[in-house]
Amino acid sequence: MRDRAWIVAGLALFFALFTYPLWSRALRGQRGEETKLALLMPAHQADCVMPVTYMRASHMKLLILWRREVVRENIHTFRAYDGKVYNISLTGTCLGCHSKAQFCDRCHDYAGVRPLSCWTCHVDPALTAEKLK
Amino acid sequence: MFMFEKALVGSRRYWIWVGFLLGVILFGFHAYVREHELGLMITGLSQDVPWGLDIAQFAFFVGLGASAVVLVLPYYLHNWKAFSKVTVLGEILGMVAVFMAMLFIFVCMGQPWRVLNVLLYPHPNSLIFWDLSVLSGYVLINAVITVTVLSAERDGVAPPRWIKYVILLSIPWAISIHTVTAFIFSGLAGRSYFMTAILAPRFLASAFTSGSALLILLVLLLRRLGVFDVGPEAVPKLTGIVTYCMLVNVFFIVVELFTAFYSRIPEETESFKYLFVGLDGTTNWVPVMWLSILLAVASLVVFLVPRWRTHPRLLPLACAFAFVSVWLEKGFAWIVAGFTPSPLGVVTPYRPTWPEWSVVLGIWALGTLMLTVFYKIAAAVKTTAEAGYVTAITKDAVYPGRVA
Amino acid sequence: MKITRKQFLKLGAGSLVALSGATAVAERAAGDRASPEKSNAASARRQYAMVIDTRKCLQRPGCTQCMEACHQAHNVPYINNPDHKIDWIWKAPFQNVFESYDSPYIQITLKNEPVLVLCNHCDKPPCVRVCPTGATWKRKEDGIVTMDWHRCIGCKYCIVACPYGARSFNFTDPRPYIKHLNPNFPTRHEGVVEKCDFCAERLAGDKPPVCVETCPVKAITFGDVNDPSSDVRKLLGAGLTLRRRPQLGTGPNIYYIV
Ligand code: HEC
Ligand code: HEC
Ligand code: HEC
Repeated sequence: MRDRAWIVAGLALFFALFTYPLWSRALRGQRGEETKLALLMPAHQADCVMPVTYMRASHMKLLILWRREVVRENIHTFRAYDGKVYNISLTGTCLGCHSKAQFCDRCHDYAGVRPLSCWTCHVDPALTAEKLK
Repeated sequence: MFMFEKALVGSRRYWIWVGFLLGVILFGFHAYVREHELGLMITGLSQDVPWGLDIAQFAFFVGLGASAVVLVLPYYLHNWKAFSKVTVLGEILGMVAVFMAMLFIFVCMGQPWRVLNVLLYPHPNSLIFWDLSVLSGYVLINAVITVTVLSAERDGVAPPRWIKYVILLSIPWAISIHTVTAFIFSGLAGRSYFMTAILAPRFLASAFTSGSALLILLVLLLRRLGVFDVGPEAVPKLTGIVTYCMLVNVFFIVVELFTAFYSRIPEETESFKYLFVGLDGTTNWVPVMWLSILLAVASLVVFLVPRWRTHPRLLPLACAFAFVSVWLEKGFAWIVAGFTPSPLGVVTPYRPTWPEWSVVLGIWALGTLMLTVFYKIAAAVKTTAEAGYVTAITKDAVYPGRVA
Repeated sequence: MKITRKQFLKLGAGSLVALSGATAVAERAAGDRASPEKSNAASARRQYAMVIDTRKCLQRPGCTQCMEACHQAHNVPYINNPDHKIDWIWKAPFQNVFESYDSPYIQITLKNEPVLVLCNHCDKPPCVRVCPTGATWKRKEDGIVTMDWHRCIGCKYCIVACPYGARSFNFTDPRPYIKHLNPNFPTRHEGVVEKCDFCAERLAGDKPPVCVETCPVKAITFGDVNDPSSDVRKLLGAGLTLRRRPQLGTGPNIYYIV
């Protein structure tokens, strides 16, 4: 078998790439130690639009539902579980209570969620026309 | 798998060629990535001419794909022995060309990562949905046919009986891909240059012209390179086909010009004027169009004179003329004329930019690479089978039941 | 392998049938979901329309207030390059907008003052027919031809199909070209198509489209053409109005008093 060296080298390369996530952290000197997640919570609000356990796990589902309702079904209000009625808007409602940078982004960074495509269109109220340029 | 091992052995020349093509592909890919970082603004496209070189190339390559039928139909339906060795080359060309056509649609999209939306939310009222379906079907059908027939030939056995039905299906399917492609354009109210019932037939005529011309060139090239010889009869027969197709193609153009210019409806004539004499001072398509006409006529002269069309140097020249003529008209100028003038009467010149050309070049290189590899496999299978490494089989044994 | 010509013809006939079946499906799908007769029968169905009184526009030559207001409200970028310019509502020369009413001896004011144009919110919109993903469609309840920017793949087929040039493609990231950011309306990003949506987001809050509200001379009237008592119907009933290229059968819903 003249090709043995090649085969072994190929296998080794494959194995190295396959285990990249494991050793890359070690190389960069990060020991999976827990960093605390500090979210900026709304100051004068007690409740979210849905129970907090639901929000924590499934807020993206709610957002997709909202999106479908506004864009496709022309429904613009949302009755929350506690009877409050919200205007459906990612910027106006969610970001009316939450800060994009210190709430959504911070948790997404922490959880390793790939950056949201939404913000290329949906506007963070902290953003102004000047900052866009 | 799929006899790929045969593409992995080759001469130095072969590997240099493959390496060169890979380089061009990378170059095109780089241009594509840049195009999508910066947006399509680095192309020559505009609000008035939203489709350009890419879509014209798409139409051209769908045509090239459909033209496999000029071999498949005479060979399988009319039992033209002359095409027994060349048909597989046509099928491979068809598959590769249609694959390239699909890439051309992909690169002109603004949001390519959302392309699966076409399948997630299928809307059969859109011709793009149908086109995507028939094109991928065609690639699949031709892939199945070539792989099945070639591997049967390699193993020296008769191909399975069911393949006959797939081959039969591929004939109307080839017509359908180009018809649906024409329908993308020809059903649009308000684009009178596109909206002509003759568009699909015209597409087919130009497709068969460019396709058979290219096949002749490829066959001659393969023979010259000593890769594969399809036998003496294929080329004369193909020359006959390309002559008729070119005649019909030119005839259709004349028919279009007549209806436009005899009726003198401004909407009908303006696009043609834009192409042939220029409109509102924009004349950048005029030389392209006249060159295309000139080449078409020159090729016809050669095709029509018996002594010239068999001439070993004039024939390839005429085929190249025919191919380039169709390419200039259908793969380049045609699409722009449909958008000029715009619905609001504006003439916006369109000039493809370097990134656009680079992407086109990259896709061409990819297609050429696929063609090289597949032709190499086919040639290897065919020549070994012939040289008798495999238990000697006659052509009739390969397709049992076919009358000699 | 023996294939008789008969077999082949059968196959060919079969595929022709399949093809015509496909055409029939396409026809049905593209069909007149919102033709006026049908929507009258359904009675509750609205069809929003606009009447633009160009005579009033002429009182203020060069006025662009409606355009400015619309483009600010919807974060439409200000791109100077005409090739990449994005417009929801804009002005174009009379002889190009109404080419069939042009004549060498046309009233000089018409010749000189361009006409306001925007999406026609057609009864049978060609853009909707050609969209491969359903990213643009005609709303059943009020006839607005609207868009789902989340779904648009940027194939530009709708731009090709629109006989009015009402659609624009984002050739680049629009954000750097936005003058006054309105945080309440999302911007768009590179590679999607956009156009006027009759201010669907304002209509949801019972506000009229922003161009109608802004116009200093009240040249634009907005309302439901299926409602005989609406303002647009009164204007349409009172005199001759024009529509752009009605001969194409798209059923445009922007009417012009000239
Ligand atoms: C009325 C103000 C308000 C609005 C509007 C609102 N939230 Fe909240 N949200 C809160 C509050 C307060 C909490 C904390 C609740 C608790 O801890 O019990 C919270 C919690 C959450 C959490 C869980 C955080 C954690 O602790 O893990 C998520 C995720 C969240 N919100 C997302 C959203 C999204 C997405 C929207 C828009 C659809 C939204 N919120 C709209 C006030 C709001
Ligand atoms: C407590 C942590 C947390 C907070 C706070 C949070 N998210 Fe998330 N979000 C997640 C996680 C985890 C996922 C990924 C879930 C998955 O992939 O299944 C996610 C996913 C999403 C997605 C889907 C992403 C995708 O690519 O499909 C959207 C949209 C989203 N979040 C929006 C928001 C918005 C808007 C806010 C702020 C109002 C927010 N999230 C706040 C944890 C959070
Ligand atoms: C191409 C730009 C674009 C992107 C990307 C985008 N949106 Fe939107 N979205 C819009 C536009 C424009 C509207 C407004 C439609 C209207 O009002 O008719 C909208 C509306 C919405 C709405 C309802 C109304 C509102 O203002 O919030 C929700 C909810 C929404 N989008 C969620 C999302 C989420 C979640 C994402 C990311 C996964 C996202 N969008 C990504 C452009 C975008």
